[in-house]
Amino acid sequence: MTRKVCVIGVGNTDFNSMTPDVSWKEFMYEACKKAYVDAGINPREDVDSFITCAEDYWEGFSIFDEFVPDQIGAVLRPCCTVCGDGIQGLASAYMQIMTGLVDTVAVESHSKISDALSYGDVVLHAMDPIYEKPVAGQVERERFSGPSYPEKSPKPLVGKTDEKGRVHPYYIAGLEMQHYLRSTKTTEEQCASVVVKNKRNAYDNPMADYECSLIEDDVMQSEYLFKPVKELDISPLVDGAICFVLAEEGVAKNLGVEPIYLNGFGYSSETPWFSSRGMDAGYATMASKMAYKMAGIKDPKGAFDIIEVDDRFSYKELQHIEALGLAKPGEAAKMLENGELEKDGKLPTNISGGSLGIGNCLEATGLQRSLEIVTQLRGFAGKRQVKNPEVGLAQSWRGIPSGTGAAAIFSRYPEVKA
Amino acid sequence: MSDTKIEGQPGYAPGTHVSGRDIRDKKIPYTWWEVEAQYAYSLGPANARFLKELKEGKIIGRTCKKCDRVLVPPRMFCEWCYSPTNEWVYLKDTGTVETFSISYLDPDANRIEEPILVGVVSIDGASPKHGFMHYFGEMKPEELHIGMRVKAVWKPEEERTGSVRDIKYFKPLKDGGDE
Amino acid sequence: MNKVAVIGGGMTLFRRHLNETGKELSFLASKMALEEAGIQNSDIDMVVMGSAPCAFDGIHMKGENLLDGTGAKNKPYVRVFNGGGTGVFAPIAGWWHVASGVADVAMVVCEEKMGSCYPHPQTAFQTIWDPILDRPLTPNLVWLFAMEMNRYMTRHNIKKEDIAQVAVKNKRNAVGHPCAQLPDENITVEDVLNSEIMAWPVNLLDISPPSDGASALILCSEEKAKEFTDDPVFVDGVGWNIDSTMWTNRDLYFPDYVANAAKMAYKMAGIKDPRKEIDFAEPYDPFTYKELHHMEGLLLCDKGEAPVLTREGVTERDGDLPICPSGGLLGVGNPIAATMGQKVCELYWQLAGKAGKRQIPGDPQVGVGQAWGDIMQMGTVIVLRRG
Repeated sequence: MTRKVCVIGVGNTDFNSMTPDVSWKEFMYEACKKAYVDAGINPREDVDSFITCAEDYWEGFSIFDEFVPDQIGAVLRPCCTVCGDGIQGLASAYMQIMTGLVDTVAVESHSKISDALSYGDVVLHAMDPIYEKPVAGQVERERFSGPSYPEKSPKPLVGKTDEKGRVHPYYIAGLEMQHYLRSTKTTEEQCASVVVKNKRNAYDNPMADYECSLIEDDVMQSEYLFKPVKELDISPLVDGAICFVLAEEGVAKNLGVEPIYLNGFGYSSETPWFSSRGMDAGYATMASKMAYKMAGIKDPKGAFDIIEVDDRFSYKELQHIEALGLAKPGEAAKMLENGELEKDGKLPTNISGGSLGIGNCLEATGLQRSLEIVTQLRGFAGKRQVKNPEVGLAQSWRGIPSGTGAAAIFSRYPEVKA
Repeated sequence: MSDTKIEGQPGYAPGTHVSGRDIRDKKIPYTWWEVEAQYAYSLGPANARFLKELKEGKIIGRTCKKCDRVLVPPRMFCEWCYSPTNEWVYLKDTGTVETFSISYLDPDANRIEEPILVGVVSIDGASPKHGFMHYFGEMKPEELHIGMRVKAVWKPEEERTGSVRDIKYFKPLKDGGDE
Repeated sequence: MNKVAVIGGGMTLFRRHLNETGKELSFLASKMALEEAGIQNSDIDMVVMGSAPCAFDGIHMKGENLLDGTGAKNKPYVRVFNGGGTGVFAPIAGWWHVASGVADVAMVVCEEKMGSCYPHPQTAFQTIWDPILDRPLTPNLVWLFAMEMNRYMTRHNIKKEDIAQVAVKNKRNAVGHPCAQLPDENITVEDVLNSEIMAWPVNLLDISPPSDGASALILCSEEKAKEFTDDPVFVDGVGWNIDSTMWTNRDLYFPDYVANAAKMAYKMAGIKDPRKEIDFAEPYDPFTYKELHHMEGLLLCDKGEAPVLTREGVTERDGDLPICPSGGLLGVGNPIAATMGQKVCELYWQLAGKAGKRQIPGDPQVGVGQAWGDIMQMGTVIVLRRG
């Protein structure tokens, strides 16, 4: 099997907490058009297959797949929805190309969550109807709508149960963080440092929406919402669309585009019952093992020049670094303290600002992480450019209450030098 | 769980059939959940202008010069050539019935006595077969036919809100010609 | 491109209400497919879930919730989705898992629990409409099909009697199907024509019923298939295609997207003359006219010719071109994605000679399955061939 899959174009919108000026259609069109221009192709002729990663309830439709083809250039062409994270979309595109049936595939994902007025209720709606939903109770709508309700000022998430005894499903993060802190002897202050780092990194990322200059104390003094999770430990929601164009390497050569290779991917799902699931991000471990194997990486430590991991909650960044086998349990926080996760450190992590700095764009998170890796490998990251990176890892998670995660390895070479 | 053994393949069909009546009578236990999923869909420039013009009693479309096309409902990009569309253009409020249905169902599939006349109207001035779905009125169900010439009946100005419902329905256009 | 074999299928009972949860239905179908293939869950490398709108089951991200029912715990698992097209698209996704060499053995599970949706599954369909242009008109799903059917009938001057034949044939074919929800040995064209008018020209018996159900299919590489069978069935061609969201900007009389998907699949399968080379077909038949519309889209006959073939008995199980020998959605039921059971599992069972009472005479070699989805815009096509 000699086919190699590479990224030949990327495009994205800015990430903004609200985008009332455009519908989901114009929004997706912008990201896709940019990606096709970046690759130097005409989607009406040169793209063989299209994939969107979306979930109906995020969008406010049943069968969102209907409302996709026009704005991504897929009319009367092969197109489908993958109900998963953007990296699962990249994986599907990779497999399609490897079959030899198609050569060029566009993968789009986005968040237009500012259109949804009841984010917390939708998250709760993902829980099992028989065992889990009744435990959480019905969520009060306005309280959890995030920064997007157009007629009302943003309301913070409030974790305490309300007068009716209902609780926001993010309590699962509280349970998991508690477990993480105890089992790895990591402290809340160390998690606060992740927030400080990522929001600071976001200053150098022109598309980020939640850049901020904080100190650990600011984070520590923000309100406990789901103890030990504090308000500033949570990545705020954001709108944004991203499109990737993947192709067989011959296509890149013909176009004269410098390819960034997708050397390996992995995704895996733990049991949907979070009550009987391990709380150590096992999905990330399994997904990364699959990706390492595919890319021929024997020892991940030292294999990557830059990584982007899912940091939708501050502790998740540390937990994920450990689950990926890049640090022993409890070591990630020490790496952070030693400056190893900074731009000029040994393992630059979330230099983009991560979800904490850019914003949580739901199913597009995997593409957001991958976008930074590709931008860095191309050397286009401007002020936040890491010095001459060759291999990068992007990792994502589908968010609460899911136990599904994915990982992708990108490099400037057809084979990763192990 | 019962296995219903029947000759042939698939050799059996697992699953336990229960009747709707048993559920209604609560012989079958179930849980109840009402999802609070609410959305405020951003219109975007194309739909925003379209609805604004409807409020004014006008139908507006958008041209794609590359494809020599007039799109209605308007869009900011043309899905045929994948380029931005070019100009706003006012269209007539008359058109032709492309297809229709006479519906005895409401949105929840409840039966209704008085049928709803609904169909697709291609709008005069737009490209062929370009139009939108709407109701029909001021006609008997048996009069409605494909190819019928129709004209929009607007709500009184003060009742219009910037919605497709600012048109009440389409009625027969006498003499079949352009007005 | 690795050759991909089908080695097992399974499907549950299809009924308006089943007592099992979605997870349990997925489990039952998966278990049956594993048993037929003679393998264990541990032999499965990757799992594909196919399921239509979350609103039916009433669970956001329902793929995640159904996961353990399919045995995908701690495995790569992904849900693909294109509305009604999912029943054939999920096995296409399964195909690329194996054909790419990423998986040796992949399982595809399709599930739908429409009975959970209250007051009626059609309530969930209200949100398939454009929120700005269509929803203010409080549309019912059946309108779409009524409008498409009307266009098709008018364009080709087809009588309702000819379309009603499809319901008669499929409900009779379903009599041999152990999962069938609405088999009827004695149904006549008059019964269909005299049934309640839902949205003219669609009558009650023109429509397939909403159902609960699940189905499963196991795909593996050619190498692996040799371990299990001497007489494998292969996936020979796949195709999928979508048309514009703006369904009011195109002529509905012919499904171009189905034709495009079919051409893609036939090209891959090396089929030049589909009418001669295809022995039987399972086009998507959620409504009577859709079977005819899709036969034309699949290029199995000329535009407007499908009702004629049906009237002449060509599409009966013992005819020259059997169509929907399973009983289709009209006879067996329509748990949207789970109709993979009729549209793809049935191809496998027919080609492997395992279709029992429903077996087509004459040793069929090539079958085509097709589904249709989204807002009259998605065509998914798969060609299976006896090895």
